[in-house]
Amino acid sequence: MKRDWVILVCGAAAIGALGWSGDNYFIRLLTILCMYATLAQSWNFIGGFAGYPSFATAAFFGLGAYTSGVLQNQGLPILMCWGLAGLCAAVFAVLIGGAILHLRGHYFAIATLIIAEMLREIVNTTPNLTGGGMGLNLPILRISVDVQSRVFLLAMLVLAVVTTAAAILLQRSRLGFGLRCIQQNESAASILGVNAYQYKTAAFGMSAVFVGMAGAIYASWVNYIEPPDVFDILIAVKPLVMVLLGGIGTIFGPIIGAMVLLALEELVWRNFLTVHAAALGVIIILLVLFLPNGLFSLLKDLSAKRAKQ
Amino acid sequence: MTVLLELKSVSRQFGGLNAVNDVSFQVSQGEILGLIGPNGAGKTTLINLITGVHPATSGRILFDGQDITKMRAHQIARKGLARTFQVVQPFPKMTVLENVATGALFAGGATGLKDAFAQARQHLEFTGLGDSVDKLASTLTLAKRKRLELAKGLAMRPRLLMLDEVNAGLNSMEIDDALRMIRTIAERGVTIIIIEHLMKVMLSTAQRIVALHYGQMIADGVPDAVLRNPRVIEAYLGSKYAAAHSGSSA
Amino acid sequence: MIYFQILANGLMLGALYACIAVGFSLVWGVLNVINILHGTFIVLGSYIAFFAFRFAGIHPFVSVFIAGFVLFLMGYAIQSAMINRVIAAPVLITLTLTFGIDLVLNNAMLVAFSADYRKINLPSPLPSFEVASIFLPGDRVAAMGLALLLTILLYFLLRATNVGRAIIAVRMDREAAALMGVDVKRVNAITFGIGALMAGATGALISVIYPISPLNSSAFLGKAFVVCVLGGLGSVPGALVGGLMLGVLESFGGFWFGPEHAVTLSFGLLLILLFARPGGLLGKRGYE
Repeated sequence: MKRDWVILVCGAAAIGALGWSGDNYFIRLLTILCMYATLAQSWNFIGGFAGYPSFATAAFFGLGAYTSGVLQNQGLPILMCWGLAGLCAAVFAVLIGGAILHLRGHYFAIATLIIAEMLREIVNTTPNLTGGGMGLNLPILRISVDVQSRVFLLAMLVLAVVTTAAAILLQRSRLGFGLRCIQQNESAASILGVNAYQYKTAAFGMSAVFVGMAGAIYASWVNYIEPPDVFDILIAVKPLVMVLLGGIGTIFGPIIGAMVLLALEELVWRNFLTVHAAALGVIIILLVLFLPNGLFSLLKDLSAKRAKQ
Repeated sequence: MTVLLELKSVSRQFGGLNAVNDVSFQVSQGEILGLIGPNGAGKTTLINLITGVHPATSGRILFDGQDITKMRAHQIARKGLARTFQVVQPFPKMTVLENVATGALFAGGATGLKDAFAQARQHLEFTGLGDSVDKLASTLTLAKRKRLELAKGLAMRPRLLMLDEVNAGLNSMEIDDALRMIRTIAERGVTIIIIEHLMKVMLSTAQRIVALHYGQMIADGVPDAVLRNPRVIEAYLGSKYAAAHSGSSA
Repeated sequence: MIYFQILANGLMLGALYACIAVGFSLVWGVLNVINILHGTFIVLGSYIAFFAFRFAGIHPFVSVFIAGFVLFLMGYAIQSAMINRVIAAPVLITLTLTFGIDLVLNNAMLVAFSADYRKINLPSPLPSFEVASIFLPGDRVAAMGLALLLTILLYFLLRATNVGRAIIAVRMDREAAALMGVDVKRVNAITFGIGALMAGATGALISVIYPISPLNSSAFLGKAFVVCVLGGLGSVPGALVGGLMLGVLESFGGFWFGPEHAVTLSFGLLLILLFARPGGLLGKRGYE
């Protein structure tokens, strides 16, 4: 556990230092990395620890983005908007979790998929509040572009660190222990006194709060949001791919997955712009078929082979 | 003697089937009660009703004078009712120690993870699994997995422990070990309900026996009387009585 | 009476929904796989009909067979080559896999056909007619009839043929079916192929009614979800009832609350249903 903290602090310091000295393109990449890490880490709370295949990340992300966007346009201070966005996403997750966390497997997956679609439709049909299908402009920060990019990197970095810290604390807590039991055998967990419903709801809420804030920071960063962008199903699927890449139910797996996916995406974006979705699809297919236990399983296999020789 | 558990006309239907039908009996503090009946008689269903896995369709279940009929499984577990499963259900990706610690942490009143692990070690020593604490639960032999179930139940610090065929599939030496353990647990003041197919085990441990058949209670009394009860012989031992005498299992 | 007209519209829509969902339901019920590809299969069927009409003048209703055949082969290949490898894995894995394949296929369609909406303009559409002052557009009625026919054909395929019996055996008990000598992997592939066949055929059918674009695939998938939850999994009658119900509900919902809320309504309904009856209105409780 101590080792986890050391890695976290060193990693955060390294990203901070790199960002401070880097150019704007590099800062942009690091900001996305921190955002991806936050999303992946958050998904891991419900999908990894508790074992519930959630596709609600897009719903929380979009909800956070729109909550903060609307509030910022009302003139509220930006930090307060980000905080309220996280709160709003968490409350929403707890409420909706109460309704759908009794579902298992496919049914849970579908219910979470539909939540994002519902929210997207609600935004589309309330143009007075949210701008509807036309999208929503956010107030522009009156500071220089260079400073801005660093401010948003710092915000996302702090968020990613907090989310990872929450994961470290969770792993060695009563809640984390209970979630692992639920993941392996929910009815046996109940018989041993685990309040499964409460714990799952807590995990779902945790998987929402930081994602909501990430959506809020993203909205402020890009200045303009629209429903297909922030409720994109890819926002729900990418975290899952990152966690699968890095190793499910681990602390730093999601972050490593985020790095790998981002690197692949950049490669693809630069070289095959029109088929980037297909390229992501190919990555997913290869990952599922050949590396279902993540990249580390590959390293383990390799080292095992080397040991044999 | 004070009554610890009381069932009042408890029934449970699955579809149109009466899995448990109008069953009433009491269990006193400190007693070892045997529950018998042929396969499909509703024994495990009855345990499931008591522990809140399924709700009873009708009737009431009282534990220590408190109505627990509508309570959820984890609440009942925290009241001090523990059980083992007929088909063992360890958490496969956890170590033996972690498996037992869950019981201590969530129902046994452990103050934190450290305390839970310390308590779990004691229960593992008692059940003879002291040398397997760091193994993955999925790697244990059947006999050891049965003992792991027992250790998990004990870690919950139960007042009532329900043992659902903890001896099935064990050889006679392992059974003797298990029986010694069960008696020691009872001497510590834990009330026990034991489901068992082996008559030898029933006669040597249970102080009282309740017999079920097609979900209905057909006998309740001291072991000798219940086993001589003609309805029990007809329902349960009828065809198997001879087998019970020629072999060890009935 | 306006309500009869709305009901008739709903039933025509519902028959198409049933046809959209029945293949999806079969795959989910038998293979325990949520086939995210289903919407894309439908769009692909529409494109086959579109190009067959444009270059060979083949009527879309005839293309139903061509599209069905092509999609069957495709589905069979995808299941054999990919999904069969992870068929026993948890939900998350199979769902993610079909999602990945869908990204590839959908992207390929975007590149090949562009996102522009296309429409088949039949030179001689079937005449519309009126029954008891209910207006009935000929092509829609014909599409509804064919959709019902296809659904019924699938029902008899499952009931009365050896392939169908093997599929049902696998659905009931995978291991037992394997022990009885059923080649489970092959049955899986055939089942997935039939699911794709139904999707392709439906795509060709609806190409006479709706504009065609790769962007539509997620909407079709959404309908398939809702119908399955309404009617229950893996049963043809369930999909039929669920489809008709959804069609009627959307038709009346659109009339009362405005058509822009129809999607929200059906998804809202779905969430309520999942909460109250996760096994569908007709079905038993789900698999897990």
